[in-house]
Amino acid sequence: MTTTFIASLFVFVLAAFVGFEVINKVPPTLHTPLMSGANAISGIAVIGALLISGSKEWNVTVILGLVAVVLATVNVVGGFLVTDRMLQMFKK
Amino acid sequence: MTDFLPTGIELTYLVATGLFIFGLKKLGSPATARQGNVWASVGMLLAVVSTLLNQQVLNYQMILVGIAIGAVIGVTAAYKVAMTAMPQMVGLLNGLGGAASALVAIGEFWRLLNAGQGVPLGSTITVILGVLIGGVTLTGSFVAFGKLQGLITGKPVKFPLQQVFNALLLISFLVCSGYLLVTPDNTSIFLAMVGISSVLGIFFVLPIGGGDMPVVISLLNSFSGLAASAAGFVVMNDMLIVAGALVGASGLILTNIMCKAMNRSLPNVLFSAFGSGEVKGGAGGAGGVGDKVVHSIDAEEGAMMLGYARSVVVVPGYGMAVAQAQHTVRELADQLEKLGVEVKYAIHPVAGRMPGHMNVLLAEANVSYDYLYDMDDINPQFDSTDVALVIGANDVVNPAARSNSSSPIYGMPILDVDKAKHAIVIKRSMNAGFAGIENELFYGDKTMMLFGSAKDVVGKLVAEVKQL
Repeated sequence: MTTTFIASLFVFVLAAFVGFEVINKVPPTLHTPLMSGANAISGIAVIGALLISGSKEWNVTVILGLVAVVLATVNVVGGFLVTDRMLQMFKK
Repeated sequence: MTDFLPTGIELTYLVATGLFIFGLKKLGSPATARQGNVWASVGMLLAVVSTLLNQQVLNYQMILVGIAIGAVIGVTAAYKVAMTAMPQMVGLLNGLGGAASALVAIGEFWRLLNAGQGVPLGSTITVILGVLIGGVTLTGSFVAFGKLQGLITGKPVKFPLQQVFNALLLISFLVCSGYLLVTPDNTSIFLAMVGISSVLGIFFVLPIGGGDMPVVISLLNSFSGLAASAAGFVVMNDMLIVAGALVGASGLILTNIMCKAMNRSLPNVLFSAFGSGEVKGGAGGAGGVGDKVVHSIDAEEGAMMLGYARSVVVVPGYGMAVAQAQHTVRELADQLEKLGVEVKYAIHPVAGRMPGHMNVLLAEANVSYDYLYDMDDINPQFDSTDVALVIGANDVVNPAARSNSSSPIYGMPILDVDKAKHAIVIKRSMNAGFAGIENELFYGDKTMMLFGSAKDVVGKLVAEVKQL
């Protein structure tokens, strides 16, 4: 348990560095789409929601998980589409 | 064979992670941004599909119903929202993401409790983090949404001992956390913590002025990433941890860029109740303003000034967004270009209610981004500009930021509109901007005021310019 936890902590910290590096230089033009695109990615919580709502028996966890599935899906689908809508208007 | 599926799922997660990183990278450049968004969404699709193949996941019917409901709501919202309402939309979606992460943490905690094998310490800690960050993101985003949508006053809401109150909320949350670590099965304490984190989100955002909402939304965006990471630690899933960390870090960078553009620190944005009207020392620059004369002109005179200029720089602000005037502005620019006038757009990094807000609106009106100039590029050009046309912008063109050291916006980089040969300011009234301070520019000898809603006034200008 602890070793996997530490391994995951490594993953977390390294990913944070990647995040810092990737976003370093972005023109202001793209701040809004970038924010909304990143926001869609944070809808990754949908994976967690799927995992906890997977049980066939009804219980509190499954119900909470299903609600989370709905909310996170709205976040993901709405986020990516809205970003695309903004970006398709950036024409040269 | 039984090992093959979990390994395959993990490898798919790895591919999805790569797609997220490349997608974010591509989102940073105008030419590849749209492609980047598609890559990231493909990554998300891969992650979701491979998770559904997980053998823990059996409850297909209900899950697919849930996904379908979410997708329908998401699609409808994405296509119905007006471009001007984009900041609120991102705020709202952000809140939902935070809520989902918090629910995952709560749900998993419940499962562990009822499994009867005790809850490991590490899990309790990550659940606590998930509940705190997720709860604050949820309610904070909703308050930010309310402020931008005009449901709640945009002014900072203040009451005595506010920061003490907020600190007490946080402390009580920490105390509860301590209890929970000792006695994980104390559900009433746990529910209280869920409540406290939600209340904290509300009172955290309430005292922040509407003008600072972009920074808040960006910060909450970063939080929602961290909430997803926390949920990832709870269910021990690296996909969530990585994606959450990516968003958390990138959100923090964006927040930082925005604060820099306003020449303010993050704590100043969050805790100073900026724009509450209690401006200290405002008398220095604004005091003398009362006696000065405002030059008001009508659309016909304005059109003449614009039509016979050689160069015009358009400075759009939130007023243009509210009036949905971006298409009319473009029409005006087209007419002026027909007359041989060189038209450029000057974009202040925090014009509007979101960074890049103006760029999105002008892009919607088919203005090519070659015509849009960042503050550093356009400022040296104002000296040789005949007319600066300010449309619904206020604080970002206030010369007090350069000259009046007692002004609350002193030191904020501004667009040097006052250096142009003439400035035409389109504004609904003489009211102060979001920062709640007077703007000397409006009383300058070279400044002409054109009062009215941005859309009406620019429409009239178009009609008049056509007749030149």
